[in-house]
Amino acid sequence: MKQAKQNNTKRLVTRLLFTVVGMFGFGFAMVPLYDVICDITGLNGKTGDQVVSVQPKENAQQSDRQITVQFLAQNAAGMDWEFSANDAQVKVQPGEVKVVSYHAANPNSYAMVGQAIPSVAPNEAAQYLKKLECFCFQEQPLEAGETVDMGIRFFIDESIPEHITKLTLSYSLFDITKSSSSATAVTQR
Amino acid sequence: MSAAHDDHHHGPAKGISRWLFTTNHKDIGSLYLWFSFAMFLLGGTFAMVIRAELFQPGLQLVDPNFFNQMTTMHGLIMVFGAVMPAFVGLANWMIPMMIGAPDMALPRMNNWSFWILPFAFAMLSSTLLMESGAPNFGWTFYAPLSTTYAPSSVTFFIFAVHIMGASSIMGAINIIATVLNMRAPGMTLMKMPLFVWTWLITAYLLIAVMPVLAGVVTMMLFDIHFGTSFFNAAGGGDPVLFQHVFWFFGHPEVYIMILPAFGVVSAIIPTFARKRLFGYDSMVYATASIAFLSFIVWAHHMFTVGMPIAGELFFMYATMLIAVPTGVKVFNWVATMFRGSMTFETPMLFAIAFVVLFTMGGFTGLMLAITPADFQYHDTYFVVAHFHYVLVPGAVFSIMAAAYYWLPKWTGYMYDERLGKLHFWLSFIGVNVLFFPQHFLGLAGMPRRIPDYALQFADFNWISSIGGFLFGASQLILLFVVIKCIKGGKKATDQVWEGAQGLEWTVASPAPYHTFATPPDPKLIHDQ
Repeated sequence: MKQAKQNNTKRLVTRLLFTVVGMFGFGFAMVPLYDVICDITGLNGKTGDQVVSVQPKENAQQSDRQITVQFLAQNAAGMDWEFSANDAQVKVQPGEVKVVSYHAANPNSYAMVGQAIPSVAPNEAAQYLKKLECFCFQEQPLEAGETVDMGIRFFIDESIPEHITKLTLSYSLFDITKSSSSATAVTQR
Repeated sequence: MSAAHDDHHHGPAKGISRWLFTTNHKDIGSLYLWFSFAMFLLGGTFAMVIRAELFQPGLQLVDPNFFNQMTTMHGLIMVFGAVMPAFVGLANWMIPMMIGAPDMALPRMNNWSFWILPFAFAMLSSTLLMESGAPNFGWTFYAPLSTTYAPSSVTFFIFAVHIMGASSIMGAINIIATVLNMRAPGMTLMKMPLFVWTWLITAYLLIAVMPVLAGVVTMMLFDIHFGTSFFNAAGGGDPVLFQHVFWFFGHPEVYIMILPAFGVVSAIIPTFARKRLFGYDSMVYATASIAFLSFIVWAHHMFTVGMPIAGELFFMYATMLIAVPTGVKVFNWVATMFRGSMTFETPMLFAIAFVVLFTMGGFTGLMLAITPADFQYHDTYFVVAHFHYVLVPGAVFSIMAAAYYWLPKWTGYMYDERLGKLHFWLSFIGVNVLFFPQHFLGLAGMPRRIPDYALQFADFNWISSIGGFLFGASQLILLFVVIKCIKGGKKATDQVWEGAQGLEWTVASPAPYHTFATPPDPKLIHDQ
């Protein structure tokens, strides 16, 4: 009787400990799960880190639809680069590939590395903005005083809902000099 | 175990080693309760600093950074140091006696799960003396405020949370093992007192979410010291992710602090209404439903982060759904009192105040659940009023009710009823003067966590602070009553209260050091 009780307790405690370890793992599993959900739903304005492989259709149906895309630039806290969009806004037809550029300059007397993080408003529009090329896909190392124009090639997916007529692509520029892998490359160049 | 050894019953060891090495559930229960009372006074002191600073507009006593440290430490100490250990202490004392078990299932682990707590809180409190100051990012420690912009003491905070989490998990495992394996013959699951049921369900919640809390602080640790970017947008992480992971822990956590309170109130109201608890089965199912729902409502804490409309609607409806099982419980308590022969001793007063004031806190919770309305209430004093109504006259009142209710069983003496009632009335008036005006402040737009405010908020803040000082000072009466009751007084009978039912009232008062070394007579176990 007593022995059976102790065995029960052992088995139960083992199971509970496995649950604890499992839930600790689940906490970490929420990180990729969250990214997957954001990617699928286009939530949080995330536009994905990867170059989009789908190309726009060659003979995109000519429509009169015009979508206004606005471009914003801002420095994250602690970043002092000059950072701005060269075009405040462009009008595009869905399916049409556009090229726009951003301007960045490092005013400091030392080399730095920046990383731009995109965000799209409204959130709902994020999944229809497809980027073929973007400076946000790479780190941006700039020498002291260096100036650069950085391009984006993008198109708007034809399946974008009718009610979206305007969307905003915003970049926050972060200073990642300390943690960057290209930091050493900058100083050597 | 030989019979000869069984005859060799012994009392507690003498001196400090009794407490350091004890594996006795009653000793450990007392340690938990005293520890939580000490933390209650410490966290309360921080609250007094907050209310003193907010007594008038303008900055008079502390600088804003220290004010932020006070709000942070107040929240952390009250949640993890006062409320949670108090309920674990009650569980340790009462669960073995309620189910007819000789002790907890894992007595050595029990000792350990208590004794790591003082180290955790010593580590957390020591940050106040550090050069960088204590954590100042709020008890919810949202990233990147708690990572990129945190004071260097954040690492101590992280390890303190790890230790508290380990303590809670061990306590929870112990309670589950005790309830599932140590019940006396005849004590079926549906004959268990509701306090045992609510604690069993709470323990499962703890097992499920404390590891997630450990996970989220570990991610913070990695972001701060090892260059990862879980919550750092520059590295591809996302600060909003922090809120999701935190509140996945955080919402069940608030039910961890209230479900055992439901159990306490469900024990006290039948005793003093001299009627059986109305709707026992529905109480059990309601508790289980609340526990389940707690896992699917977390994002109602973050309606304003920019979720899609479908998500906001889901979390709004799921949150409102919680009102159904909670309503079942409230109606059951009222129905238990209905046409009962009620008397109003101190535990009953606290329990009735719990039902009324907790329900008020629940209603403001429903208001906050309405997504469009929440955009106005978010991060205002209305939220502060809401969660203090459910936690202070909710959880804390139930702990006080439990202390008065079982104190005669613990000490063998009746507490001073007049002082108990004085404590109740001062607390009751104090808590309402303290928190009720905060509803108005919030609706008028006063944000939380600010050391200074616009002039139009001055009157209500002044009233609120007066209530705060009254409530804070009256808690010293509780300390006095408890010490007086330990020293002596009128001898308590075994049953203590005329209407008390349950195995804990069949043992002597004070409860002997070892109870139910042999299982109780199954005839003593009644249907609920």
